[in-house]
Amino acid sequence: MKARVTIMPQAAVLDPAGVATADALKHLGFEGVRSVRIGKSIELDLEHATEEELHQACRDLLSNPIMEDYHLEIFS
Amino acid sequence: MRAAVLQFPGSNGDYDALMALRSFPEISAQLIWHQESSLDTYDLILLPGGFSYGDYLRSGAIARFSPIMQAVRRAAEEGKWILGICNGFQILCEAGLLPGVLLRNRHLLFCAGEQIVRVETSNTPFTKTISPKSLLRLPIAHGEGCYFASKETLKELLTNDQVLLRYATAQGMTTSEANPNGSLENIAGICNKERNIFGLMPHPERAFEELLGSRDGRKIIESLLASLHGLIQ
Repeated sequence: MKARVTIMPQAAVLDPAGVATADALKHLGFEGVRSVRIGKSIELDLEHATEEELHQACRDLLSNPIMEDYHLEIFS
Repeated sequence: MRAAVLQFPGSNGDYDALMALRSFPEISAQLIWHQESSLDTYDLILLPGGFSYGDYLRSGAIARFSPIMQAVRRAAEEGKWILGICNGFQILCEAGLLPGVLLRNRHLLFCAGEQIVRVETSNTPFTKTISPKSLLRLPIAHGEGCYFASKETLKELLTNDQVLLRYATAQGMTTSEANPNGSLENIAGICNKERNIFGLMPHPERAFEELLGSRDGRKIIESLLASLHGLIQ
């Protein structure tokens, strides 16, 4: 079983790397860029795990709920 | 006073902290590896700066699960003093022992240099003998020191007088120019509600003798020694 966790900074949290990348895109000529947010994607290969266990892993270690939101996808 | 300096894989401020503590004749300080599980005999537990576990995932996120952190949690509940410097501060936030989180510096640059911080309260064992509004000159060296907390958490911090240090100008003004990393309200250091856990981004252990440019770091440890003396009396 495989799972993918996508982690993004919350809207209220400043993402300086995203802002810098948006600026760079504008310099490159991509005038239409409104904003860029940078998160991370984590792929897990699992013997077994329940959905609840995976959510717990996301909350306790993979993301920090104070500044990030996560999205969990499970592929069987 | 008996002090433990914790060592995680990737700690690099551990020996500086040890030397700083040992410069006081009344302190016996020891290094404690992160796989240990007991801290029962110490009055002060210091989490040093560095890049624990390579700062993988998030700063402090993995160190938080080290066996020694269970002992830190117990010591905190018993009211022992916990001091987290830089990466140590990040670990304490990740562990939920201090509120909020430390984000990437706003301008993305690693900031390193001398910084002035203003002491905001003397109502903690760490600042008991330092007058409020006094200024300390301490080195900073971090890439992720931008303190952030939700509006509710920030309100609670302010209501409970939990902000201990703010980045300031030489005149003691907490302007945005004095803020090296974009930290919320210029916050450089906070304590928990019970006031026995203190986390700060600057490095007091690197300001321990004239040769290093400042001795202001000593004031925090002197304050702890005075507090301990008060407890014994």
